[in-house]
Amino acid sequence: MKIDKNQLLRFTTAGSVDDGKSTLIGRLLYDSKSIFEDQLAAVENSSKQKGIEGVDLAMFTDGLKDEREQGITIDVAYRYFTTPKRKFIIADTPGHIQYTRNMVTGASTANAAVVLIDARHGVIEQTKRHTFIASLLNIPHIIVCINKMDLVDYSEDTFNTIVEQFEEFSSKLLIKDVRYIPISALDGDNVVNRSQNMSWFQGSPMLHELETLHISSDINKIDARFPVQTVLRPQRKGFEDYRGYAGRIASGIYRVGDEIAVLPSGFTSKIKSINVGEKEVEEAFAPMSAAMTLEDDIDISRGDMIVKVNNQPELSQEFDVMLCWLNNSPVKPRAKYTIMHTSNEQKAVIKDIVYKMDVNTFKRNEADKDLKMNDIARVKLKTSHRLMLDSYRDNRNTGSIILIDESTKETVAAGMIV
Amino acid sequence: MSTYYLNYLEELESEAIFILREVWAQFQNPVILFSGGKDSILVTHLAKKAFHPAKIPFALMHVDTGHNFPEAIQFRDDIVEKLGVNLIVGSVQKSIDTGRVAEEKGKNATRNALQITTLLDTIEEHKIDCAIGGGRRDEEKARAKERFFSHRDEFGQWDPKNQRPELWNLLNGKYFEGEHFRAFPISNWTEMDVWNYLTKENIEIPSLYLAHEREVVKRNGSWIPNSDYLVLEPKEEIVTKKIRFRTLGDITITGGIESDADTMEKIVEEVSTMRETERGNRSDDKRSETAMEDRKKDGYF
Repeated sequence: MKIDKNQLLRFTTAGSVDDGKSTLIGRLLYDSKSIFEDQLAAVENSSKQKGIEGVDLAMFTDGLKDEREQGITIDVAYRYFTTPKRKFIIADTPGHIQYTRNMVTGASTANAAVVLIDARHGVIEQTKRHTFIASLLNIPHIIVCINKMDLVDYSEDTFNTIVEQFEEFSSKLLIKDVRYIPISALDGDNVVNRSQNMSWFQGSPMLHELETLHISSDINKIDARFPVQTVLRPQRKGFEDYRGYAGRIASGIYRVGDEIAVLPSGFTSKIKSINVGEKEVEEAFAPMSAAMTLEDDIDISRGDMIVKVNNQPELSQEFDVMLCWLNNSPVKPRAKYTIMHTSNEQKAVIKDIVYKMDVNTFKRNEADKDLKMNDIARVKLKTSHRLMLDSYRDNRNTGSIILIDESTKETVAAGMIV
Repeated sequence: MSTYYLNYLEELESEAIFILREVWAQFQNPVILFSGGKDSILVTHLAKKAFHPAKIPFALMHVDTGHNFPEAIQFRDDIVEKLGVNLIVGSVQKSIDTGRVAEEKGKNATRNALQITTLLDTIEEHKIDCAIGGGRRDEEKARAKERFFSHRDEFGQWDPKNQRPELWNLLNGKYFEGEHFRAFPISNWTEMDVWNYLTKENIEIPSLYLAHEREVVKRNGSWIPNSDYLVLEPKEEIVTKKIRFRTLGDITITGGIESDADTMEKIVEEVSTMRETERGNRSDDKRSETAMEDRKKDGYF
């Protein structure tokens, strides 16, 4: 197989068993030959024990004992399949409102979101919630699969009505790229193969869309941002003076000789060398892990950011974020949290809750100041030191933060810089 | 003209290197769990890249059940010498001798579950706060739920229903004293990705992975290698077959498959047409549907 050019595409599916989400994933895995015989045998065996006729495809996507017993997905599960064109990672998340936090988690690194709609029911509250989260997390591509077309006689009118419904509510959201596909996951219509039952549909089957979506531009290649993870000092023969700044390029392109600034100190220098693994290279770009050396000896440590002199992020201690609360214990007023932003770690307080977002109606509630698990709100944060900030819309890697509660060490919130 | 995107193997490599560096930056005393299997060899290779030109800053830790393939032990000692890293060995035999654990009884007795105690004791003894493993999410359904940074409480237990959410590239490695982490840099790799990468990078692996002639016994549908620890059942018969191993665990529980794949390229080809998962030949996973989940909750790899 030729893999030199094959890219990795991460997509998220949100929904419940009722939408046919598990059937759809099962279908993709099965038709791409990613289900192994011993897995199939194990699932057949469990299906029989539970008294289900045939194979319960949902079981391919459920992992933990409790999930299998209760027939629900509790956590994000990752699935993998490869076609001759691409490698895919599915972040499979539950769709109920009490699992908003898992949807947000699965969506955070996705290139594409697959939104499932039951053709018999059209756009429902859950559809709006999933689409809102996809837009909030700035997922570059959305594929709306109108499923169970077999149960509506493959009707073009039904399909068009649902597309209209979707267009109407989603016009209020920031979505760049959306496509619609009528499918039947159960029978495989327009999933991997083109449907024989819907000749009126001119678009491509779902897998073809996933294989050909333009994703090279999903990562920002304009604004160069290099958060320093750690400093490499080999102290070994031949490398006595080597001082390499190691990190994963968050965005943009770096070349040897580039004039750079180190933030927050503001000192400037030039890139002397770039390493990717053991190889020395002339240029490196996001999302490569690299190590750089500079012409000048500057004090740089973890949490600093190397950027281009003529393109710098904003340095600020006070800023607004869209915050999703992820923890069972609600937000504590005036409490100090640890904030992680790229490789930088500081203290932070929530100064104000500007409004809470109703994820079903998209209405803003300015009176309610209570932040509980799964709530999404716009808040004002203040940090102990300045952070190097980009807006999340421009840069998912340097526009995102998490909050950690030091009394439990748990990750309690995820935020997108406005 | 240059293209400004990575292919998927490059992206997986970049992600793994990021995680390895993050482990080094966030923890005081991390180690790589090294079994001599292909996944831990891959992790070690990626660590070499992550810290070049500096040496790998982690010790290698091996949980030695005493029931090893001799080839795997030789490979381990060679790699330790070549890389100039420290080796920490946790011995299951010692745990048995000191009464920490008791040998399993019965027909399919193995030392697989005993490793948990030895692993946790060694982690405690050496004050290790992060053990880096070669676990992959495609291997097994409980492993599909693993985080890159996976928290273990002071009893070494994994609580799969109460895991910390992991978003973007922001990894939370904070813990209280006595707790530790497991880190899985190759979570997103599949078996196929591992073989493709090992081949592309020309990485040396134990000869056990390549097809070779070996004395074996058919048991539960797999070819179990003959060894000093094998107790023959009535009607079982030792035969010589050309086999290779897809995973390496204890010699007592790791089944081989009949194969002619004696080069890396042939393995890649064979794996791409394989219709059973690689752990399908591991009797430790066959004990029950939730065998892996149950062991992982107790502190298994």
